[in-house]
Formats: sequence, C-alpha cells, structure tokens
Amino acid sequence: MSPREIFALRDYLGPELTGRTISDARQIVSLTDILERTCLGNRLGELAGRAVLLAVADQLISGLAMTELDGVARRMLLCPPDVSADHVRSLVQDAGIDAVVTDRPAEWSTAGLELVVTAQSPAAAASRARTERATEWLMLTSGTSGVPKIVRHTLEGLTGAIIADGPARGGPAVWATFYDIRRYGGLQIFLRAIIGGGSMVLSQPEELVADHVARLNKMGVTHISGTPSHWRKLLMSGSAPGFSPSYVRLSGEIADQAVLDGLSKAYPKASIGHAYASTEAGVGFAVNDGREGFPAYMVGDRNGGVEMKVADGSLRIRSTRTAHAYVGRHAAALTDGDGFVDTGDMVELRGDRYHFVGRRGGIINIGGLKVHPEEIEAVINRHAEVRMSRAKSRRSPITGAIVVADVILADGCGPDRSEEIRANILADCRAQLAAHKVPAVIRVVVSLDITAAGKLARNDA
Amino acid sequence: MQQIAVEQQVKLPPLHDELSLHETGFDSLGFAILVARLEDDLDVDPFTLADDAAFPLTIGDFVRAYENVPA
Repeated sequence: MSPREIFALRDYLGPELTGRTISDARQIVSLTDILERTCLGNRLGELAGRAVLLAVADQLISGLAMTELDGVARRMLLCPPDVSADHVRSLVQDAGIDAVVTDRPAEWSTAGLELVVTAQSPAAAASRARTERATEWLMLTSGTSGVPKIVRHTLEGLTGAIIADGPARGGPAVWATFYDIRRYGGLQIFLRAIIGGGSMVLSQPEELVADHVARLNKMGVTHISGTPSHWRKLLMSGSAPGFSPSYVRLSGEIADQAVLDGLSKAYPKASIGHAYASTEAGVGFAVNDGREGFPAYMVGDRNGGVEMKVADGSLRIRSTRTAHAYVGRHAAALTDGDGFVDTGDMVELRGDRYHFVGRRGGIINIGGLKVHPEEIEAVINRHAEVRMSRAKSRRSPITGAIVVADVILADGCGPDRSEEIRANILADCRAQLAAHKVPAVIRVVVSLDITAAGKLARNDA
Repeated sequence: MQQIAVEQQVKLPPLHDELSLHETGFDSLGFAILVARLEDDLDVDPFTLADDAAFPLTIGDFVRAYENVPA
C-alpha cells in the first residue's frame, strides 16, 4: 500500500468544516484550524516511526496528540490516567515503547526512554505534518485485577463500524461520552466526532453531575454514550432533564430493561439503544428496539461483516473490527483457530432473544449451584423503587457462598420505606429466581463503587 | 428463623432444644441465610470463627454455638 492510500485522523480534520470544537470543563479548542497547531511543541518529527506511550493526564490534550501521532508514530499506546505506575512500567516493556508523550515530563526523565516529549496546550505549528504510515493503535483492557492486557488495533478496524453506519443524520453531530476516550468505548465516540465532521465534549474527572449536564446542554450535545452505570448515576442525580440528546447509547455492561426504560422516560424523543463492543472484539452490534438482549437471528448471520456464534454459553465474534493481537512477552492468542474472539460474555436464549447473563469469571457458586450476579441485579433493577443494585458473593460456612445484594433506592424513596421495599424485592426475587439465587441479605446503600472504566466494581468476581 | 421459614415457604415445627436441625425443614441454604443474617445482627459467625467448630445437629447445639463465642 502506498502512503497515499493510508488514511489517518488528520485527513478528517480539514479547514472546510467550520465551527467544530473539542472541549472539556476548562477549555474549548477549535478543530477548524487544528492542523496548523501542535500539542507536541513542534517535536512530532522526532516521534516518527517510534513506539510511543501516550501518558497524558489531560483528556483533551491526549485526544489532540492522538490526531497528531496517528500516521506518524509506528505504534501508539493509549494509557488511561488510572493505570498504576507499576503496571505502566511493565506495559512499556511489553509494548517495546521507546518514547513517551506526557504532561508530566519530570516523572519520565529517569525512566530510561530515549525520548520524552512534553504535551501542552495547542500552539502554532512550524509545519504541517504528513501521514507516513498506518500507525498501530495499542489499547488496554479494562479488567479490574492485575496488569491490563495490551490489545493491538488499526485505525481501519477501530473505525469499521463508524464507516459502515455512515454520517450522523441531520448533519454533523455534537458528541459526548461519559467514558474516558483512552478506553475503547470512549475512543469510539471521539473517532465518530473526528471522522463524522462533528464536535466532541469530553468528560472531566471530579466534575459534579449537575455541572457536567449544564456543560452538555451549553455545548448542544446531540449524541452521547456511556455504560449503564454511568447512565444510572445520571438518572439518580436528578440532573437528567438538564439536556436533551437525540441519540443515547449504552455499552460496556449489560443494559437491562430497567435502565433502558428509565432513559426512554427521561428522553422520550431520543433514539435509545445499546451496543455490544469490547476492547478485544471491537464493535459487534447495536440494538435499537428499546429491549434488553438481542434478537436470536443475529447469531450465525453476517451483519455488516460481523459474524457471531455462541459456544459453551459464551458469545464469540469474528470480524475485521476485532483487535489484531494481544501484545507482550506472555501474550496469549486473541482468536481461536477460526478467527473468533471469545468475549467471555455468557448469553442465554429465551424465546427469540439472547440475553446477557454475566461474565464467565463472575459466577457465584452456592453449594454447587451457580448464578451470575448480573442475573439477580436484572430482577432487582426491574423494581420501580430501585435505581441500581449489585449482587455479590459472601462466604458461608454452610454452602461455601451465598448471594447478598446492595441496593440503591430510586429518588423519593426515603429510608423509612427501606424495610417495606426490601420485603418487596425479596418477594420479587423469590417469584422469579431459583431459591439459591435469591439474596440472603439485602442492604440498602447510598452508593456503589464504579471503576475508572465506568463499570460497576466487582472486586470479588 | 420464623421469618426465613416464611420466606423459604417452610412450615416450622415447634422449636425446642432437642429438635434436630433436619426436622426443622430447613435445607442448607436456609441455614446459610440464617447464619448470614445472625452475623449481621450479632457481628459474629461461630461456624467460621472456630477451627474446630462441630457442625450442630440440634437446635440446642445451634444456639449453644452462639452462646459459646468468646467475648
């Protein structure tokens, strides 16, 4: 392939579209003239052909640096800000990193890397960068324990679903996501904004929900995505009516009927759907009929180049959008012999629909009988007085483990009603679940931990 | 125990010290729930606490396990 046929992000950032911006809570940067500017202090040339770690705390600067590095660096490893220093050291070795772009250069001066480039707010560039090669995009998996795995993508694979979907209806959109854009779910939205000619409104760590929503409203956000946990947090905050998106997407966790219904109620005019994607398997499919799970006919079908099958209860995906490989010293094979990625997401056929029941590794064993915590949460969350719940394992001297659940009540359900609601939840669970799946203890709590990747924390899973 | 019996739809016989746990109609899940709820109320689980805890056979054994927890 000659360099002229390689597209990089800069090729979607021409000056012909005016009014495009990327913003966070601190600044609004115009994308119209961004090709004339640089966040890398005019040092992009030094990074050509290198394996670059992008370790920039600031999301906005990080996003702009991606658009500069793509097509110039040989590979670029996107590092979300929550990865621990120990893990970063190990990842640098595994990915063969020889340069770092960072907004904390002092921390890297003794790391033994050949090149440390300081990321800063955009300033006038001395010359326009040119696309030289197809850069490898390295991303980290969002698992909760141990060193994250490095997954290798190409821009072509990452944008497969975006190109297939075509441009957003009604002209360039204003995109936002609750995810960090260094995560797969967030990066998809960032790429949609860049490639679709739209604008991007970033999340800001530590920002209050009400302030975030006010910003989404002010910037005229039309399209927004997040995990079901992100959305439940918004619905609980009372701030949801503060903006009116036309396109609402959920991904990254199981979207149960309760959160889908909650969003339909909050945004009656919006298109609300859930998408299946993972860092390894790429974008699988979208479900836009407002119901949990997905139609059974999608399995075995070739939906726009994505093939799915169910084997041993888990969903397997084969497509050009899956990652190419795991990267590192002890990297396992990413796909089976036929090119399918095992997602580890367990599904169950009920009638004409598959439903997600949980992660393969998250099963709780109660005296030999098994249950996925997500299955219990789905029943609890259907309760109108519940906003969010987490089922988990608790050790038991009798059965090895029992199931317990923590529950956050919906707005307007005072603590005086806890007893009554708890009894109702138990009655619902008993009516709909096998005895061993019914929580032995239900606690009413005010909050549940959410990981940096926006997912309900499941530390014991 | 009455409450769990209602939840588990178990008809409890009159409870006395010599009644065997088997005769209560509770299965192991019922007892697992009972032990977990008692732990929440009393902050103690005598069956996990002691290495040599004998598994109780009667209601009396069960109650004594809680009475004998070192303060």
